[in-house]
Amino acid sequence: MTREELQEIAENELEAREELDHLIFVCNAASCQSSQGLQLIESLKSGIEEKELGDTVEVKGAGCMGLCAAGPLVLIEPDGILYTQVKPEDAGEILNHLESEAVERLKTDLEMPFFGKQVKIVLENSGKIDPEKIEDYIAMEGYTALNRVITEMSPGEVIDVISDSGLRGRGGAGYPTGLKWSTVGIAEDVQKYVVCNADEGDPGAFMDRSVLESDPHRVLEGMAIAGYAVGADKGYIYVRAEYPLAIERLREAIKRARRLNLLGNNIFGSQFSFNLEIRLGAGAFVCGEETALLASIEGRQGRPRPRPPYPAEYGLWGHPTLINNVETFANVAPIIRNGAEWFASIGTENSKGTKVFAMAGSINNTGLIEVPMGITLRDIIYDLGGGLPEDLKFKAVQTGGPSGGCVPEEHLDMPVDYESLKEVGTMMGSGGMIVVDASSDMVSDVAKYFVEFCKSESCGKCVPCRVGTAQMYDLLDKISKDEATQRDLDLLVDLCDVVRNTSLCGLGQAAPQPVLSTLEYFKEDYDAHLQKATDKLTHAVQREE
Amino acid sequence: MASRTKVKTLTIDGKRVGARGDATILEVAREHDVYIPTLCFLEGLRPNGGCRMCIVEIEGSNKLQPSCVTQVYEGMEVHTDSERIQNYRKKILQLIFSERNHVCSVCVSNGNCELQDTAQKLGMDHVEYPYLYPHMEVDATHDRFAVDHNRCIMCTRCVRVCEGVEGAYTWDIANRGINAKVITDLNQDWGDSETCTSCGKCVQVCPTGALFEKGKAVAEMKKTRQFLPYLSVMREEEE
Repeated sequence: MTREELQEIAENELEAREELDHLIFVCNAASCQSSQGLQLIESLKSGIEEKELGDTVEVKGAGCMGLCAAGPLVLIEPDGILYTQVKPEDAGEILNHLESEAVERLKTDLEMPFFGKQVKIVLENSGKIDPEKIEDYIAMEGYTALNRVITEMSPGEVIDVISDSGLRGRGGAGYPTGLKWSTVGIAEDVQKYVVCNADEGDPGAFMDRSVLESDPHRVLEGMAIAGYAVGADKGYIYVRAEYPLAIERLREAIKRARRLNLLGNNIFGSQFSFNLEIRLGAGAFVCGEETALLASIEGRQGRPRPRPPYPAEYGLWGHPTLINNVETFANVAPIIRNGAEWFASIGTENSKGTKVFAMAGSINNTGLIEVPMGITLRDIIYDLGGGLPEDLKFKAVQTGGPSGGCVPEEHLDMPVDYESLKEVGTMMGSGGMIVVDASSDMVSDVAKYFVEFCKSESCGKCVPCRVGTAQMYDLLDKISKDEATQRDLDLLVDLCDVVRNTSLCGLGQAAPQPVLSTLEYFKEDYDAHLQKATDKLTHAVQREE
Repeated sequence: MASRTKVKTLTIDGKRVGARGDATILEVAREHDVYIPTLCFLEGLRPNGGCRMCIVEIEGSNKLQPSCVTQVYEGMEVHTDSERIQNYRKKILQLIFSERNHVCSVCVSNGNCELQDTAQKLGMDHVEYPYLYPHMEVDATHDRFAVDHNRCIMCTRCVRVCEGVEGAYTWDIANRGINAKVITDLNQDWGDSETCTSCGKCVQVCPTGALFEKGKAVAEMKKTRQFLPYLSVMREEEE
């Protein structure tokens, strides 16, 4: 494969598209598939056959278009018409209206803030290409960044671009990506590895799944560029087995990329080789922790080990290993294509670029969005998210999953960036956002829920996490059942401190966060339970008397 | 090899000490008679860092590190006995006591138990957390040994000695979190294990009365571990 050949594939694909009068993209990601998306594709295809439109109209299964609450979604190009909640029986009507006015009852306003306020980098191709066709990705300038780094840049230059862009790890903690790359880059070893952490397991989060299902080649390209930059010729994508569609598309993507020699040995005729393998996770949340993830890839039990040494120095089988999250890798190719300055111009001073969020809970537009860093939570929830469903009053938004916390209404105008979120006691996390309405009880619906998750996902290796989270859960259960006293609450607060400061890995260290944050902002919910417990007791005593 | 043998200087509790470059804080502390409690650590076994009893404070870092796996570096300032650390250690120990049944008076290892010793040394006089007492079994199907899961503190010494010294890989861990427990082979009775060599190393390294020799009554089970340093020296010489 040469640059010219890559260009030729892109041109052929674009020409083929131009020959068509209409291109119909139907969301073919997991959530739309679950609402008859596949049947819709079939009925559109048979409709085209019946009407003999085969030469002028093509239907493509595409990736996620974001507005999952209103799926399945259909995009008609080049007109740019988006239909929502389309049923297989609507296919005929859609095809009949291709040359005339759009079908009004299905049409969605693309001017609405949900679309207008988004800035798409990671999701730029999502919904506009067929994730199962490598030619589609190449038509969108796919693999040109990989070509450029291999043929024109030194590994050091690639790392400099990533550093200058200000990209920070999208897995949650926000460690500077360039710094991580350079640490692995300078490590001396004949064997190095690149690992993609696709073990997304936070309740309410589906960003990584969506990227893998919608645009898998973007992640492969990012990983190959990383491999070139740090000097690794081997990579692993660790995906949880609960994501069968993502796995299937990744497998297909790797196969196609290998066939075109965009992965494999001597890529673009250079000395650089990069081979990728998929590893399936058995669905243990703790395997998202990097050292547990590495143990799992090595075929051992997915249990973390103390750091340091960090994987950058001592990773897979003892070799220097670069681990980044799916979304981090997905940002790499556009940064190389458009330059560090372009990326750094989006976002805030210390949080550059965009962030993909999965909106869930009490919100109208549940789904996937990509917004520039620095946007306010209010904008996200009320403009993009369309606010809460009727009659529901906002109470809090939970971000960062089990490691994160809640943001109450008073902080809704705060910019969304790594530091601001930390200041109010939560975190960016991988990007799950769960809106909680006033009817929810923060003790049982939020704190207890997340602690139960951490308790059942704790690997059991270290005492504070294994026993501490179980004790925390029992205390929260007692509080939520109106059976606890102030002493129980004090014990819970104290346990939070112990578990946070003495646990071995991030799972335990962060497990108290939902409790601490609900206690900070919604102490009244806890107090109400304690009061009810006291009342119960008083009644019992009175009855005795 | 050169960098490994390099000597580092550090301070432990204000005292300046020299150490081998590849030494851990715990090793250096023990060489200088500084007491750091440990439960999952045992010399000769691969360190685990799971019991968290040996956590120490390192100047310049907010995170507490387990001294059994943390290597020293030049100029490191370690605090092993601050009030903060003592407080956490006691609470972690209490959590261990609250997890399963550790009533000493009816235990084969009473008087010869590392958990009991540690509690006494740290001055743990009560357990403030509710006792969980999960339903745990005793497996006495082996000819010579038995395992009482109620006494197990999940230190995984048995697992590590079996894989790392005996090479039999009989012991392992099943389940997650609070439900985790040590198992033999594929969670079958110890007596039915096809891999167990009956060497008894697991019994000897167990810090509590969880693994014991049959026929031992209360307070009669004493563990012998002299073979471990001997085996590790032999292994090193062979290498």
